Amino acid sequence: MVTTLLLWMLPVATFAEDEEAPVFENAEYNHQCFKCHGQKTYRYYNESMDREMKDRMNPYFIIDSALYYQSNHASFMCTDCHSPEYETFPHAGELRMEQQFACLDCHGGDETYAHYQFERIEEEFQASIHSTKHNEDFTCWMCHNPHTYKINARNNHNIKEVIVYDNNICLSCHADINKYQLLSDEENPSILAAHEWLPNQTLHFSKVRCIECHTEIDKEMLIAHKVCSKEKAVKRCVECHSQNSLLTATLYKFETFEKRNKLGFFNAAILTDHYIIGANRNYYLNVASIVIFGLTLLVIIIHAILRIISK
Amino acid sequence: MESKLYLYPVWLRIWHIINAVLFLVLIATGLSLQYASVDYSFIDFEIAVSTHNIAGVAITIAYFMFVFGNLFTKNGKFYKIKRKGFFSDLFTQIKYYSYGIFVHQKTPFPVTAKRKFNPLQKVSYVGAMYFLFPIMILSGLALIFPEFIVPNVFGFSGIHLTGLVHIISGFGLSIFLCIHLYFCTIGKTPTSNFKSMIDGYH
Repeated sequence: MVTTLLLWMLPVATFAEDEEAPVFENAEYNHQCFKCHGQKTYRYYNESMDREMKDRMNPYFIIDSALYYQSNHASFMCTDCHSPEYETFPHAGELRMEQQFACLDCHGGDETYAHYQFERIEEEFQASIHSTKHNEDFTCWMCHNPHTYKINARNNHNIKEVIVYDNNICLSCHADINKYQLLSDEENPSILAAHEWLPNQTLHFSKVRCIECHTEIDKEMLIAHKVCSKEKAVKRCVECHSQNSLLTATLYKFETFEKRNKLGFFNAAILTDHYIIGANRNYYLNVASIVIFGLTLLVIIIHAILRIISK
Repeated sequence: MESKLYLYPVWLRIWHIINAVLFLVLIATGLSLQYASVDYSFIDFEIAVSTHNIAGVAITIAYFMFVFGNLFTKNGKFYKIKRKGFFSDLFTQIKYYSYGIFVHQKTPFPVTAKRKFNPLQKVSYVGAMYFLFPIMILSGLALIFPEFIVPNVFGFSGIHLTGLVHIISGFGLSIFLCIHLYFCTIGKTPTSNFKSMIDGYH
């Protein structure tokens, strides 16, 4: 009886094992770092006072290990990017001056990553207002946190989540005065006030990404990186609210690539899940409305002619 | 000389002209929004949006004038449809418009003090004013305040569904307008019914 029960349970146990979170080989090594950098406090031995002390961790140096192991860089050891000298604890003070990698240092010129077009991203970024205004102070990491960043638009078909994720990247500076002033002495401009002209502000903010209007669209790239000055931002409603809505070249690019040309109808993809006045046009409704309207006019004209003739 | 019937009270004529003007504005701006283009827009998108919204709210207020007017005056009884003989009366009227009118038959349901509308008019007016118009108003108000719309209806965008309902009912009312205008030419003279809507007498 017990054997039967065990045999019956076996596949369940195997299944449960399959469902377990992936094991990261680097986890044990990284744990040495997360022991302190994953906590709000840490302990160290203070030689001058000759005793162990507990102190608060600088909040900007706290890394959420759960988010890290979901990120694109999850398989990395901390010292793949940071100096191996960090293995010594307490860390040497000058280590904080270490040079940080940029995306192209690893991803540039590598065929494995060719479809991500890192070189082109770099080109666009160099031409963007972020780079031209702040030079080398503005790095990839300003927007893409290397410890938590994960590819979003390519993998996630939930457009709403993509929008929230991408807009939070912009808001991490433009709605946070502390980070904003890392690069600027200007007062943080109010996003709400700057967009006062925009009708249905809440709806627009939750349905489109900042980059839809604030970047120069490149049809060959999935995510445009050439962020432009506010003077160049899209302000004409019809740029989105029209049949050839620019959103099909940005936000809905992935969807339209997959579903475009169904019945030769360009906006078929947008039509199913989203509604944009002027951009959503149902092929069948268009045809039906023209036919019904035409027939109505025809009947009226024939009726009027017959009335005149029979007068 | 045949005595004239006073069938269109002042409040009705005021509502009618307000409704007509606003409806034409809504059709023009609505079409411009639906078929907006980067190269050419009939009316500038921003102007079309605000005009459409303002005219939409105004026509809603005017609609309540129409509903209350019919609730509290005798005019409301003209819209009551009787079940008895409904289809046969409707068929008689259709037959008249599709044949009888051309062979100079007398209209089967002439206008009297008790009967302002023929059966076909009654059905189309009730359909337009008490069916399509409320759908139009509700879907239009929902689109002005989209935060109240259910985001997902059986996997379909709630806003999109509301937009479709709004456009389809708007199209239905536009077709009604075309037919309404044409049938108004079927009076004693082609312009007599239009004059009635100005001076109130049939």
